[in-house]
Amino acid sequence: MNILVLLKQTFDTEEKIVLENGKVSEEGVEFVINPYDEYAVEEAIKIKEELGGEVTTISLGPDRFESAIRTALAMGVDKAILVDDPDVFGDEYTAAKVLTEVIKDQTYDLILAGYVAVDDASGQVPQRIADMLNIPIISTAVKIEIDGSNITVHRDVEGDTEILEAPLPVIITSQQGLNDPRYPSLPGIMKAKKKPLDRLSADDIGVSPDEVKAKTEVIETFLPPKKEAGRILSGEISDQGRELVQLLRSEAKVI
Amino acid sequence: MSKKVLVFAEGREGRVRNVSLEALTVAKKVAGGGEIVATVFGTQTDSFVESLAHHGADKVYVVNSPSLDQYIADIYKEAFMQVVEQVKPDVILLGHTPNGRDVAPKIAQALDIGMVSDNIAVDVLEDKIVFTRPIYAGKAFVKKIFNDGTILATIRPNNIPMGEPDESRTAEKVDISYTPSGNALRVQIKDVIRKASKGVDLSEAKIVVSGGRGSKSKEGFEKLYELADILNAAVGASRSACDEGYADYSLQVGQTGKVVTPDLYIAFGISGAIQHLAGMSNAKVIVAVNKDAEAPIFQVSDYGIVGDMYEVLPLLMEEFKKLLSESA
Repeated sequence: MNILVLLKQTFDTEEKIVLENGKVSEEGVEFVINPYDEYAVEEAIKIKEELGGEVTTISLGPDRFESAIRTALAMGVDKAILVDDPDVFGDEYTAAKVLTEVIKDQTYDLILAGYVAVDDASGQVPQRIADMLNIPIISTAVKIEIDGSNITVHRDVEGDTEILEAPLPVIITSQQGLNDPRYPSLPGIMKAKKKPLDRLSADDIGVSPDEVKAKTEVIETFLPPKKEAGRILSGEISDQGRELVQLLRSEAKVI
Repeated sequence: MSKKVLVFAEGREGRVRNVSLEALTVAKKVAGGGEIVATVFGTQTDSFVESLAHHGADKVYVVNSPSLDQYIADIYKEAFMQVVEQVKPDVILLGHTPNGRDVAPKIAQALDIGMVSDNIAVDVLEDKIVFTRPIYAGKAFVKKIFNDGTILATIRPNNIPMGEPDESRTAEKVDISYTPSGNALRVQIKDVIRKASKGVDLSEAKIVVSGGRGSKSKEGFEKLYELADILNAAVGASRSACDEGYADYSLQVGQTGKVVTPDLYIAFGISGAIQHLAGMSNAKVIVAVNKDAEAPIFQVSDYGIVGDMYEVLPLLMEEFKKLLSESA
């Protein structure tokens, strides 16, 4: 069973966002594996441990992605590919085209990815790739079972669970609850340093930057207005309850 | 220049979803007098035509096929592409719902076009359509435009005010038949386990009642449903409440989890970790109830009560009941 995992590095979710020259500043930011991709990595390793095979992560992003990739390798991923060529950094259209070109050169039975990344949260790339590869996609998986050449997926839809079946290969995106990602072990971390990380340019994968040029463009980045701390009510608790409900009706007008 | 706009309309519990009507409001704004076409899928959607007309649809393409009664990505994409080929729209809009957000990128790819997901505002500036969307779960926002090609965007529920319905409007109904190809039948649905029947959908709710670590137990957390019932609200949870097993992960509000923007968000026993605040701080009005006066949640709340949630909860239930029965 050869499994590919699409992996993105993101800001730690406890980071605050600071703008510098109209762009999100990366100064002093703690980076992590996108939490949803981490579920995908864990699931891939679990499947490999059960059925054998190889797990490869595929990423598109700057050099700093290496730390997230090394963490995945330390968790048990076998090898990694990073397209770190800024000529092919664009929007979701660009990313999907580039990653598809990389995937086409691999042999795979299953592709796993987070259902969304916690930074841009566009949630487009796995679907776009599925369409280009002409394989099915099942999103927001909370449970995966493989039986021979078939896969059964429990999918979370607004709290309901759908149970779906498909023939391999497929793309599955992970939802929270799929598993509990492991921490890398010390020997794992040591081994990860020597595992292969293949860095590719647009040229290496045979993509011309013009063909994958972004279709959309950010024209402005801004922070939400800072929220003023509101009123802390005082007095007897029962009076506070009454006052709150009245304020919600007469002042806030939301009830 | 006028544009032809296609809106994917979805139903939930026999009614058109609010977000689909909000998308029609956007359609009117960007069409510049151009034709607005809505499309609905499945066998239970005939009654939607009237409501879609009232909200601005000129034509409604009804794809009445039992294969569309359950969502499967490949099937929905194939049926949608059939509609796109007939309508030839300049702009395509969908709600950012579980189905909308899943099928939209497949349509974008099939048309080889760009897409902007999860928009909270859409404006027309000169001849450009400008989309505003959150990044980092609302810790920041970006404005995006399309460089070329057909425009495709999803609209986040409960952010763009729905226009007033015009009950005199009617729409032309166009029936379309659809049969899935073999390719679209690769994924089979085996079963659906309904768990979410309890209460209102979190992402579209006007009021969210949410519990954190302070809920102390699963039984304690369940009490929030009693308040939610009174307010017709959805129930949410913080990551700690989910990690502790008090609540299901599907209820989690935050940067991992759901981002909600209700009119009113009431946080019980939630301290306010940054990743939780990202998921709810854009709610219009925030109420926090927490024992710890120093909890960061009070920094973003409009009204705060420092106290034990189990002391405050019954009081609020009683007061809300009184108020709502007076105004009923």
